Amino acid sequence: MGFLDRLLRRAPPSKEIAKERLQLVLVHDRQPLSPELLQMIKDEIIVVISKHVDIDRENTEVTVSRGRGYQKLIADIPIRNPRRRY
Amino acid sequence: MTARVMTITSGKGGVGKTTGVANLGVSLALEGNRVVVLDADIGLRNLDVVMGLENRIVYDIVDVVEGRCRLQQALIRDKRLPELHLLPAAQTRDKTAVSPEQMVRLCEKLRQNCDFVLIDSPAGIEQGFQNAIAGADEIVIMTTPDVAAVRDADRIIGLIEAADKGTPKLIINRIKPDMVRRGDMLTTEDVIEILAIELIGIVPEDETIIISTNRGIPVALDGQSKSGLAFRNIAQRVMGKDVPFMTIDLEPSLLRRVIRLVGRR
Repeated sequence: MGFLDRLLRRAPPSKEIAKERLQLVLVHDRQPLSPELLQMIKDEIIVVISKHVDIDRENTEVTVSRGRGYQKLIADIPIRNPRRRY
Repeated sequence: MTARVMTITSGKGGVGKTTGVANLGVSLALEGNRVVVLDADIGLRNLDVVMGLENRIVYDIVDVVEGRCRLQQALIRDKRLPELHLLPAAQTRDKTAVSPEQMVRLCEKLRQNCDFVLIDSPAGIEQGFQNAIAGADEIVIMTTPDVAAVRDADRIIGLIEAADKGTPKLIINRIKPDMVRRGDMLTTEDVIEILAIELIGIVPEDETIIISTNRGIPVALDGQSKSGLAFRNIAQRVMGKDVPFMTIDLEPSLLRRVIRLVGRR
């Protein structure tokens, strides 16, 4: 882009806008699980794990890690009482 | 030794798959390979017309699959390149006339007697696309450097990987160097950064493609055409040779940047 253009703060080249829009739209397109579904999965995981171990529900997180070829559910579940239950 | 079966697909329509298949087929045949190009766009056939073979069609892929003729009867030999054959699509049926399983069996038969089977996929993600990739060993995505095509290409790549067909390769078509220089068209680097798959070719926008399609002569046969050269280069790379990419969309050189800074455009 020309020096004068930058000085006058004209719009960036359209291809830059295209690139940004594409990157944003693809993050969304590649998303496999809706937030609602994710919440349901999280709630059910909490219920199941809680049957066996005392966990910190507020700080439990279930997230989706995704690339184009893969999706992973990652559950981060802090255990409250690390000692074994008998 | 059986053939490599390669499908060219895109998601988006109109990016140049059919032209690409025709010209890649011609280019591979020019290198001495035995090639079959297969039109999987049943109901909207175009590979025949792009290759200039539309007057020679007697039987088509649906006739073969439904047993009305032998495969050999449906294959049309290109008189310009005797090792190049076309299996045309049907024009009066639709994508449901053939199943993915039938395509797999067809490809198995075809691959016994040639070096390459190139399949022209229809646009879309429905059965036509599924048919086109079913029998493929390798898949190539064709895209143009614009938002809609790249978005669709990304979706298609995801579907291909989910179908366990491996990671496809990429051709970027219809590049306009002037627009790239002005910053009005995505560069090759931009597209690769977004799609993150291996590039096997770039092809410039070229009026001679329209003219040669008017005549029914694939542009790869034209020694003067830049896009023809681009397709021939792709064929070389497909054959494993290391061919540098044409410099059709250079980022501005340092000198030009300096000239711009000084105020001249």
